[in-house]
Amino acid sequence: MKFSKIIASSGEWLSGDGPHRNIVVSSRVRLARNLREKPFPGWAKKAERLEVMRQVKTAVENLPEMSDSYSENLEALSPLEKQVLVERHLISREHAAKGVGSAVVMNAPQTLSVMINEEDHLRMQAICCGLQLDKVFGMINRVDSELEEVLDYAFDSSLGYLTACPTNVGTGMRASAMLHLPGLVMSEQINKIVNSVNKIGLAVRGLHGEGTEAMGNLFQVSNQTTLGETEEEIIGRLNRVIEQILEHEQNARALLAQRKSVTLHDQIGRAYGVLSHAYSMSSKEALNLLSVIKLGVDLGVFSEPCRFPVDELFIETQPAHLQKGAGTQKMSADERDSLRAAIIRAKLSQVQEPDIAHLKARTPDPADDQNDE
Amino acid sequence: MQCDVCQSKEATVFLTQIVDGKMQKVNLCESCSKEKGVNDPTGFALADLLMGLGAAQEIEKSPGALKCQVCGFTQADFKKTGRLGCSACYTVFAEGLSGMLKNMHKGMIHTGKAPAALQVRREQGEKLRTLQESLTQAVAAEEYERAADLRDQIRRMEAGTPA
Ligand SMILES: [Zn+2]
Ligand SMILES: [Zn+2]
Repeated sequence: MKFSKIIASSGEWLSGDGPHRNIVVSSRVRLARNLREKPFPGWAKKAERLEVMRQVKTAVENLPEMSDSYSENLEALSPLEKQVLVERHLISREHAAKGVGSAVVMNAPQTLSVMINEEDHLRMQAICCGLQLDKVFGMINRVDSELEEVLDYAFDSSLGYLTACPTNVGTGMRASAMLHLPGLVMSEQINKIVNSVNKIGLAVRGLHGEGTEAMGNLFQVSNQTTLGETEEEIIGRLNRVIEQILEHEQNARALLAQRKSVTLHDQIGRAYGVLSHAYSMSSKEALNLLSVIKLGVDLGVFSEPCRFPVDELFIETQPAHLQKGAGTQKMSADERDSLRAAIIRAKLSQVQEPDIAHLKARTPDPADDQNDE
Repeated sequence: MQCDVCQSKEATVFLTQIVDGKMQKVNLCESCSKEKGVNDPTGFALADLLMGLGAAQEIEKSPGALKCQVCGFTQADFKKTGRLGCSACYTVFAEGLSGMLKNMHKGMIHTGKAPAALQVRREQGEKLRTLQESLTQAVAAEEYERAADLRDQIRRMEAGTPA
């Protein structure tokens, strides 16, 4: 399969459906695996890396899951193509920096991807829309079980799967969910939530941004430890915490709608106004305003069919996706900002004006009343 | 503000991450942040970076100038990168690693998934042990018929499993 073909459609994790998808953008599980007594990629010589890559790549390509797949050596990808894959969460930034001796294999719906010779010999991930960590783990676990029949994994009966970095040893698993939390940010409760989540060995991080203020109000929750618990225990813990965060976010939104309705209406109206009329827009401004529009869709201010185009804009306005659309000539930052604004204007012209009356009519009751101002 | 990694360029990426209940602040320049993959929403590179570096300091305390016979990795290499050289390094550096793993993780023993082939070997080993215990008991109780039967079973199992 060609790069252009796989990239022509947005991944299933963006366009698909899943539980709590209003707030949980995506669920992902990544497993790190290595071959026994072969030097880890960061320490291996080029010839050793190539040998491991050939062996692993063949094994991955032969998986039934990869019957319709895209498979490429990293040196054959342009920096732009690599960046597109990063923006789609299909490879890591670290992997994008690799060249000869590294490769990537992914399935057509872009729900499974395997990075070969990233920090570990294999880093395989499954990603889906909404909150479905169990399903995503099932998907990648099956791939892993098929691979272990043909690859000689580095496994120790007491330390589990051995990884290049000791932070991943044991299950080698990183499970995470990307959450959209404008309610908790606007009501200034996010720090409290972040602090309490971290007390139980999970990590919360925002995208870019200073402190816990995240661009686009997007946060990632993931497990921080990999040794001493089973995969199911780790995912169970993560699920319980995410469900609590969801509840807090929903309460925060309800409270905002009731107590700060003017501010909320104002923000949604302004976001819509700026996005539909701006001629230059930075990535940061776009993400933050799109976050407000996304909240508007959740609250019914914009109609449900607007959801996908808005979600798509989060990805399409990233630098590499913009450049890809612009052809071969490398754009300056100013040109990108102007193209970004144009793409957003075009898409928002199909979104009808915010229906604030709708929001006023269905202001819900906040679940708890203790947040006095 | 200066970049925490290269200590030369102006920091433009400011990150706060809670690792293990502790707030960790890192200021990075554009190029270091790219290199460390901290802008990667999916990445865990920062936590790995922070913990890996801490880990490397820890292992320094372990005695002797150890070197992995399989891949040639040394303690000095580990200190530099926070990463190990190959899977055999875990045995070579076991002493220094154990303290560090204890601080890093929930436990010291892996309880999760194991490769199926290994799982079978694990279960067979356990079964063999049970059979041998029963055999000892049978002999002690002078139940020779049962003992012979058990001995046959053990022989069959041992023949089936490569040593
Ligand atoms: Zn720097
Ligand atoms: Zn080694």
